[in-house]
Amino acid sequence: MNPKNLWTRFTKGLSHNSDDDTANRYRILRRNIFILMILITIIPLIIMAGIYQHEYQSSIKKEIVNPLKTLANKTKHSLELFLEERLSVIRFIAASYSFEELSDQKTLNRIFKTFMDEYCCLVDLGLINKKGIQLSYVGPYEFLGKNYSKQSWFHEVVVKGNYISDVFMGYRQFPHVAIAVLRRTEEGRYLILRATIDTSKFDNIIASMQLDQESDAFLINREGFLQTPSRFYGKILDKYPVSFPRGNYGPIVVEEVDPQNREMLVAYVPFTKADYIMVLTKQRSALLKPWYTLRSKMLFIFSISVVTIVLVVFKLVDTVVKRVKDADEKRESAYREIQHTHKLASIGRLAAGVAHEINNPMAIINEKAGLMKDLVAYDDQFQKKEKFLGLTDSILQSVERCKGITHRLLGFARRMEVQLVELDVNGLIQETLGFLDKEALHRNIELKLKLTDNLPYIFSDRGQMQQVFLNILSNAFAAVEDEGKIVITSWEEDSDTVGVSIQDNGSGMSKETLRNIFDPFFTTKQKGGTGLGLAITYGIVKKMGGEIKVTSKQGEGSIFTVYLPKKAKIGPGE
Amino acid sequence: MQNLKVLLVDDEEEFVTTLAERLELRGIQARSVTDGEIALQMIETNPPRVVILDVMMPGLGGLEVLKRIKAQKPQIHVILLTGRGSTKEGIEGMQRGAFDYLMKPINIEELIKKMQEAIKSQP
Repeated sequence: MNPKNLWTRFTKGLSHNSDDDTANRYRILRRNIFILMILITIIPLIIMAGIYQHEYQSSIKKEIVNPLKTLANKTKHSLELFLEERLSVIRFIAASYSFEELSDQKTLNRIFKTFMDEYCCLVDLGLINKKGIQLSYVGPYEFLGKNYSKQSWFHEVVVKGNYISDVFMGYRQFPHVAIAVLRRTEEGRYLILRATIDTSKFDNIIASMQLDQESDAFLINREGFLQTPSRFYGKILDKYPVSFPRGNYGPIVVEEVDPQNREMLVAYVPFTKADYIMVLTKQRSALLKPWYTLRSKMLFIFSISVVTIVLVVFKLVDTVVKRVKDADEKRESAYREIQHTHKLASIGRLAAGVAHEINNPMAIINEKAGLMKDLVAYDDQFQKKEKFLGLTDSILQSVERCKGITHRLLGFARRMEVQLVELDVNGLIQETLGFLDKEALHRNIELKLKLTDNLPYIFSDRGQMQQVFLNILSNAFAAVEDEGKIVITSWEEDSDTVGVSIQDNGSGMSKETLRNIFDPFFTTKQKGGTGLGLAITYGIVKKMGGEIKVTSKQGEGSIFTVYLPKKAKIGPGE
Repeated sequence: MQNLKVLLVDDEEEFVTTLAERLELRGIQARSVTDGEIALQMIETNPPRVVILDVMMPGLGGLEVLKRIKAQKPQIHVILLTGRGSTKEGIEGMQRGAFDYLMKPINIEELIKKMQEAIKSQP
């Protein structure tokens, strides 16, 4: 669906021209505003929460990753140093002693003892010649005369000059590492010095890292076999079950999921000389504990916010839609009222036309029947006189009935048009008050009349003038509290004008209200006000060539003053 | 009421002639005419005491005729007839000097009563 269609569909509820029935329209309007408001409030909240989560997570990771890397690297250095130290001592021995001296079992014994005194962890030490034959040996095994020429490490040491083996289990089931160095003597002979180192020292170095329960540190070789025991992945020479990066690289940290489905952060640091990789793992859950705490707090706040937003939006939308509905209904009822008035006026005009057209023939019938009656009545000789008089009377009565009907019709029409008659303003006011007597009595409202005696009559429309006074009085009644007071005054303003004022001690009006008071559809009444009363009043007074003024003070009350010309000057309008 | 001269002016000939005949029966000298202009001429040549005048007439309207009668012979009483039932024309007519107005269809007794009142009202 293209966006335009979507928008049209969305705004359908907002449009008043919709063909949907009213209830449905407000339901759609309510739903659409609700969705829109929820979207524009909650989407930014979600985006913000997302960004915050991402930022926090990445910063926390950085904080965790770097120490992990450093620790792994440091440990690797310690281990490498340990191996390097042993290797350099062996190299030193190979350089310091001649082939003959080293071949001598006694000398080798002495060297071994000195080594063990100065440095720990040596298991055995032996000299091997160019052909791979063990020439001398100090250690727990019977390796003298053993031929190593077929073993891969021998070739490696011949080519590279030194060699560090992977860890292997010796005959006594201790993990060992073999190291070997090659030296070419001045005489051009080769000597290979080989030593085995007990790797329990590795464990000590790793233990000195003081790792917590969720962490693990160990060595693996390039093939992925454990070189030291692991807390999570088994004993020495077990296969490390996680894939790891191959090749040479600096310290790196990767995120992995191990076979036990633990999310891990793993630091890998390959050794420079030996084929080992230092591995340091830490469970993510442990690392991210502060994040999880924060996240649950955030989730709580987020949920509370969403619930609050939804409730507030719901209430707000409800209120707004109700207001719209009320306004629509008010406008519609006012519109209906206007239509009704128009209809009445049309009927009135039609009735007047019909009545007039009928009145003329009726007048003829009336006169003809009257003449017949006269003729019969004046003729003493007339036979069947009684019968004829009865007949003509019957015709005349029927005409009288018709006259009643047409006059009623015309009377109805008359109410729709301006008819100037002589009016006693005081009498009219009293007559109008008659409509409100009951309310005044019921609410104990004091009505004070200050009507000037002998007020000149005015020529104006009775019905419409009555409506003017009724509208203003109704407003005064609405404005005053129970037991309020309304004062009605009439006076002769000047030779052409009569004034009438209606003063109440009600709530009064704000300046804003005063500005709009005669505008159609403006109302301050909570219920039932069409906003037409004073607009109509204003219209009538203006049409009659009069003036209407209003003064009001909030809390003190209002005064409506109407100035009516003694002879109405019909203005534009009807 | 005997020998009272009355002129009836109404465009409805059937109405006006019949009404005239009925008034004659009651001893009133009633003449009838259906046109305003002719009515004014007749008033000029043989002025009646009372003119019964329809407001709604083609040509010269009733109110215009009234105005001219009052201008020529203000002593003649004019009673207006209106078919509209609207008091507006009646009141306007009275403001222009008509004695009173009646709504059609009229009651002949009432008409005679009004005529009597009109004659009596004259100073």
